[in-house]
Amino acid sequence: MSFVQTFNQLSQHKKRSPLLTRFESLLAPARPEQIESLARQSVALTRQHFGKTMRLFAPLYLSNECVNNCSYCGFSRDNPILRVTLDVAQVEKEARHLAEQGFRNILLVAGEHPKFVSNGYLENCIAALRSYIPTVALEVGPMESPEYQRMVNSGAEGLVVYQETYNREVYRELHTAGPKRHFDWRLECPERAYEAGFRRIGIGALLGLADWRTEALALAAHLEYLYRTCWKASFTVSFPRMRPAAGEFEPKYSISDAELIQLITVFRITFPHLGIVLSTREPAALRDALFPLGVTSISAGSHTEPGGYTGVGEDDLHLTVRGRRQELDQDPATESACSATGQFDIADHRSAAEITTVLKKLSLEPVWKDWDSSILSPNPLDAAEIPSPPPSSQLATTPTPV
Amino acid sequence: MPSPLQIADRSFQSRLFLGTGKFSSNESMRDSLVASGTEVVTVALRRADLSAGGDPFADILDFIDPEKYLLLPNTSGAATADEAVRLARLAVAAGLPNWIKLEIHPDPTYLLPDPIETLAAAEILVKEGFTVLPYINADPVLAKRLQDAGTATVMPLGSPIGSNQGLETRRQLEIIIEQASVPVVVDAGLGAPSHAAAAMELGADAVLVNTAIAISPDPCETARAFRLATEAGRIAWETGLADSQNTAAATSPLTSFLYEDTPS
Repeated sequence: MSFVQTFNQLSQHKKRSPLLTRFESLLAPARPEQIESLARQSVALTRQHFGKTMRLFAPLYLSNECVNNCSYCGFSRDNPILRVTLDVAQVEKEARHLAEQGFRNILLVAGEHPKFVSNGYLENCIAALRSYIPTVALEVGPMESPEYQRMVNSGAEGLVVYQETYNREVYRELHTAGPKRHFDWRLECPERAYEAGFRRIGIGALLGLADWRTEALALAAHLEYLYRTCWKASFTVSFPRMRPAAGEFEPKYSISDAELIQLITVFRITFPHLGIVLSTREPAALRDALFPLGVTSISAGSHTEPGGYTGVGEDDLHLTVRGRRQELDQDPATESACSATGQFDIADHRSAAEITTVLKKLSLEPVWKDWDSSILSPNPLDAAEIPSPPPSSQLATTPTPV
Repeated sequence: MPSPLQIADRSFQSRLFLGTGKFSSNESMRDSLVASGTEVVTVALRRADLSAGGDPFADILDFIDPEKYLLLPNTSGAATADEAVRLARLAVAAGLPNWIKLEIHPDPTYLLPDPIETLAAAEILVKEGFTVLPYINADPVLAKRLQDAGTATVMPLGSPIGSNQGLETRRQLEIIIEQASVPVVVDAGLGAPSHAAAAMELGADAVLVNTAIAISPDPCETARAFRLATEAGRIAWETGLADSQNTAAATSPLTSFLYEDTPS
């Protein structure tokens, strides 16, 4: 039994729980005064459960190599983009830079690639960070439970995996190559992560691929299932709206700002303890307005390209054309201007310090550290020691064509 | 003036403990501590810098004067006895007091304490010389088992953390208080000063409040209200309250004329 069975019955209205029925009614098209009422309830519940605080995190992109073809993603295998996989020392340089900004919670992000993001690479990256980054989470290709367990044992506390779309048809159309084609395998990912011991699991749907209300209902059903079955984990959701990216994908569906607020507030009212994440995909003015309305965790000053914070990784930057590596023009003048391609364009470019000022004006305390790596460490007094990298760790510095 | 509270080898005038989460700023938290008159302040170890490196982004401890308050580290975030014990040891290694508020809640949604893991951790920590103050559900048998294990208090919940629902566990709390051989601190769920007063009137030795103060529009004034309510409840308990009844009792008795001297 997994969420797949529950999901497959979701279209049968009679089998929906009272919670989902209520969720659906709250999400029906609403007048401005109804959205105002939802916002007021959401603010009160958020303060009640999370206080006057906001957690901050930063994404750190490790690699934009990917074997999947996902029509909407800038890292898609067939996109002719500038790619690189950072080595562990470069990852550490990026992380040190983020730590100087205040970040104590880092999300390591990588495309799915068995050659570059494998063989102990992720474990080494986690281990390199854990002495000064208390919270390390991953957003990487799905794994089996034993592989996830290795990540947990290395010090990863959270896992983020978005289903992208809960519409099977749309999913099939958009994922044309690579292991990501398997809808159910991805759908069961949070359960495998829980079994492996992750404490914090983030799920979500990319808004713009299918009708947002249908996506929201499936996401709510997923959460309801996970809260019952994975009772020791805490959950977060995110509602990323499509942003411009390589590949020039044109989203067929849209969701307005008012609808986004309705979505956030209805999730808060339905799941009062749920962490709600807001990234830098949204523009500054809207982010400022959304901060108090139900959001509990935000990123700031983000880059979506490997090496984006410090410029590392330029030494191995290369182009891929339909999965084949092509060396760049060695002209130093053009080389210095090059950096890896980002996954998508961000909209809020403000620094962590600027965001801190905004939060303080909103009477929200920025919380940088909310976890201690010693909780999961077998020996607290050794928590600062970085384990030796496994001998099998071989970060490919000479990538091979896919 | 209410009598002082004695826990292990320490004596306190205030019977109101404060938590430090959910405030809009560390400054607001610090001012609320002053307004509450508290002497015992609990801090989640996961929020603090335990490396002694002076992390400016995890400086919550800098806002709690150790000369003024007993700093009570708590193990919030731990889901097992092993994790809680590890955190407690780390706190001492970082120079914090060897008093520990033992919190083990594997369920991050309702944050209800795990009785099995809590007892196991308490047994280990007591043996290691910690002064252990365990957060528990209002379970009288568990409370006795913990006292037998040597904990310095028991800290049963009034209702789930942050819920502000008050003394939902009142009948169980009464049994715990009646049977207690250590101080009983009612922890969690106290959303209004009247809840704190009610807990003290039941005979609780102290109360711990956090959310109701932290998320108030004016944390300092709310802290002051909790201070007064806690004191009022304690004075009432020490003085003794008259029994309640369903019918009215006239303040001017109807038959007193029988016993008055009749003018000759």
